[in-house]
Amino acid sequence: MIDREALREIGMIAGRSVRRTLRQPALIVPVVLFPLMLLAINASGLDVTKKIPNFPADSYLDFALVVTFMQGGLFAATTAGTELANDIETGFLNRLQLTPLRAPAILIGQLAGAMVVAFIASVVYLAVGLLAGAQIKAGVGGALVLIALAMLVALAFGGLGAIIGARTGSAQAVQGMFPLLFVFFFLSSMNLPRNLIEADWFRTIASWNPVSYLVEGLRSLVISGWDGTALWRCLVTAIAISIVGFAGASSSLRTRMART
Amino acid sequence: MLTYRAMSHDGITVSGLVREFKGGIRAVDGIALEVQPGEIYGFLGPNGAGKSTTVHMLTTLLPPTAGSATVAGFDVATRGPEVRRRIGAALQEAALDAFLTGREHFELQGGLHGLPKAERGARAVELLERVGLTEAADRKVGGYSGGMKRRLDLALALVHRPSILFLDEPTTGLDPQSRSALWGEVARLAKQDGVTVFLTTQYLEEADVLADRVGIIDQGRIVAEGTPQALKQEIGRSSVEAIPANPDAREAIESVLRRFGEPAAAGPKGVAVRLEGGSESLGDVVRALDAEGLEVAHLQLHAPSLDDVFLAKTGRSLEGAEEEERAEEAVPS
Amino acid sequence: MSATLSVARAVARRSLIHAFTNPALLIPSIIFPLIFLVSFAGGLSAVRNVPGFDFHGNYTAFQFVFVFLQSAAFGGVFTGFGIAADFESGFARRMLLASPHRSGMLLGYGFAGIVRWCVTAVMVTVASLLAGMTVYGNGVELVGLVGVGLLVNVTATLFGAGVSLRAKTLQAGPLMQIPVFTGLFLAPVYVPLKLLTGWIHTVASYNPVTALMTAGRGFLSGDPNKSALAFACGAGLVALMVIYALRGLRRVERGL
Repeated sequence: MIDREALREIGMIAGRSVRRTLRQPALIVPVVLFPLMLLAINASGLDVTKKIPNFPADSYLDFALVVTFMQGGLFAATTAGTELANDIETGFLNRLQLTPLRAPAILIGQLAGAMVVAFIASVVYLAVGLLAGAQIKAGVGGALVLIALAMLVALAFGGLGAIIGARTGSAQAVQGMFPLLFVFFFLSSMNLPRNLIEADWFRTIASWNPVSYLVEGLRSLVISGWDGTALWRCLVTAIAISIVGFAGASSSLRTRMART
Repeated sequence: MLTYRAMSHDGITVSGLVREFKGGIRAVDGIALEVQPGEIYGFLGPNGAGKSTTVHMLTTLLPPTAGSATVAGFDVATRGPEVRRRIGAALQEAALDAFLTGREHFELQGGLHGLPKAERGARAVELLERVGLTEAADRKVGGYSGGMKRRLDLALALVHRPSILFLDEPTTGLDPQSRSALWGEVARLAKQDGVTVFLTTQYLEEADVLADRVGIIDQGRIVAEGTPQALKQEIGRSSVEAIPANPDAREAIESVLRRFGEPAAAGPKGVAVRLEGGSESLGDVVRALDAEGLEVAHLQLHAPSLDDVFLAKTGRSLEGAEEEERAEEAVPS
Repeated sequence: MSATLSVARAVARRSLIHAFTNPALLIPSIIFPLIFLVSFAGGLSAVRNVPGFDFHGNYTAFQFVFVFLQSAAFGGVFTGFGIAADFESGFARRMLLASPHRSGMLLGYGFAGIVRWCVTAVMVTVASLLAGMTVYGNGVELVGLVGVGLLVNVTATLFGAGVSLRAKTLQAGPLMQIPVFTGLFLAPVYVPLKLLTGWIHTVASYNPVTALMTAGRGFLSGDPNKSALAFACGAGLVALMVIYALRGLRRVERGL
């Protein structure tokens, strides 16, 4: 049950998480710049794909814009997990345990920092994309929903990162998770729509991969407008991953926090 | 959230406390102790003796496997939140956030303990002044020295005015000046503010200087307990060490000294015995050596130390016990 | 010379033992190229059908060359990480004090980097063959492809070494990764150069990696193209990075 006291506690931990994240440019700058660099390269390098029959967008820029938001979510995962692992390694978690602070507040607060980074990054991605000529078919409302969904994706992946951080208490282990999430990203409809993927095995994997539904939902706002099916699939997937992430991280944290 | 006020049962009672880890390892193997309100209790022992595990249990961070403990009148196993309201702790790691300033730490800690915003600010100013960190208050903790971090850690443990303070090896790694400053503050807390202090240390001098009473722990068990003075007196007896002027006379000097007590540890060039008659028999020793015509280059009287107490109780020196622990850790299982 | 070689041997041996007994180091260097291969060759194969896609072979073969060179480049970067880690732990200082000929250390790290890359290259090649990659090059041409890969690997290793010798910390990791990544991707990764449009066509036209990639694809498809330019670019890059790394070594020595 979330009461005023719980909200106050979450606010304090979230405030700390946000403050320390914003004070580490090394955490923010790569998150913002790297996906944009890739977007610039891919938008230009793969622009010929619009000549493929039935390609659903006018430019590859429109098609690939949302990949930046997904990459932002990936970075959120490693940030959330790393920060939690750092608190365990340094003993800061013990400091928090010695206060009346409730365990869920620790997790929610930690994820807040990752979501702030995701929000800043999303706004930048959108602004740069629009400046480069991308068009959001769902309009201003769609752009706002895009940012909101991007933050939900960041929350989802952040939860997964927090599971590793809480279980292992090691920032290195969290970094080691990066290749695994990377695999999921690439084995999806991130680069081409599923119906244009020629390799049957790849298309099958992409169809089972939850990342495909996240990408397609976000992308639909840019290239299609308001596509209800794509959006609800994206929402359900993001919420499901968030629940798994949060439940897993809470359980791992509870095991680690043996206080009476 | 109420600010705690000092009450008469601000002590610690432990009975048969056990903590077992996976593989049947008993880090704490049935200890019993009592700390009176306002007392500084020193918990002395080598690395791996069970000191930190004990502190983790008493501060409710770890549930005991067996036995019981009450802190400030509350059972640590069943009344954790009440215990935490009344205690402060500075554990082995300074546990600070490198990206927050000293003042921001107070804001966070004070806020989590339920202090109103105005009081948090005032309390921060007061405690930062007390530990000499006023000028560094608005710098990020990542730039603090080791001594500054320890001082901040101690100050943070006091933000909510606890009546009982747990300090887990608070001066490990500090230079002599910082150590001395911290001792001064701890002594002041106990004597002037009436805070009960439970302090773990591996430094003999720290326990000797600071503690009202000392409990010596080794391999999970308390092997001795009492005031430093009483413990040393129980063991004894001072020892005398003689370095012969002529190395050939070493055996003869040893046989003379043996008339006054049992052999004791000595340097490479000297011989030593523990004086059965105490330090008063030093004059007799000198006269006996004179009577035999034995010349001595150097004669030294050693008062008993807590290390002698540890040696008497465990058969090992405290420093030797640490080297053993290190050697054991280095050997792969 | 023999003293230099003995230093190189010792450094290489230690570096290889460290790399192959640490899954955390070994696995990413193998996984990332395979991910790129699967994702690009599998997920983007429809791109092969774009009009004007001028390549004698299937899309898996086209992408294989990129992944082959990417694994070579990142193998070099990971070797650079190893050097940075050695500085952070203080082990590099120990080696510098013990080595009579310190340039042998660079040689050793370089050799270890090549061996590590060979393991990855074999895995990537086998995976591509299993995926049906077409190979039309003859023996000499395929050796040429390996030669291009070696040039990329050595260049990246020396670059990584140069950065590590100056920064002496793993936090310089992004300083190694980002330029190499950028260099690789500002080349015809997905389609041949003539199908690139806009700014990327201009940049790729001047990027030496483009020549290396084009030559590599030419070797694999049995249709050598820009081979001389590629080897000249590769040799030039190696020469530049040798100077960069040696200067870094001298800086470290002056600081001792």
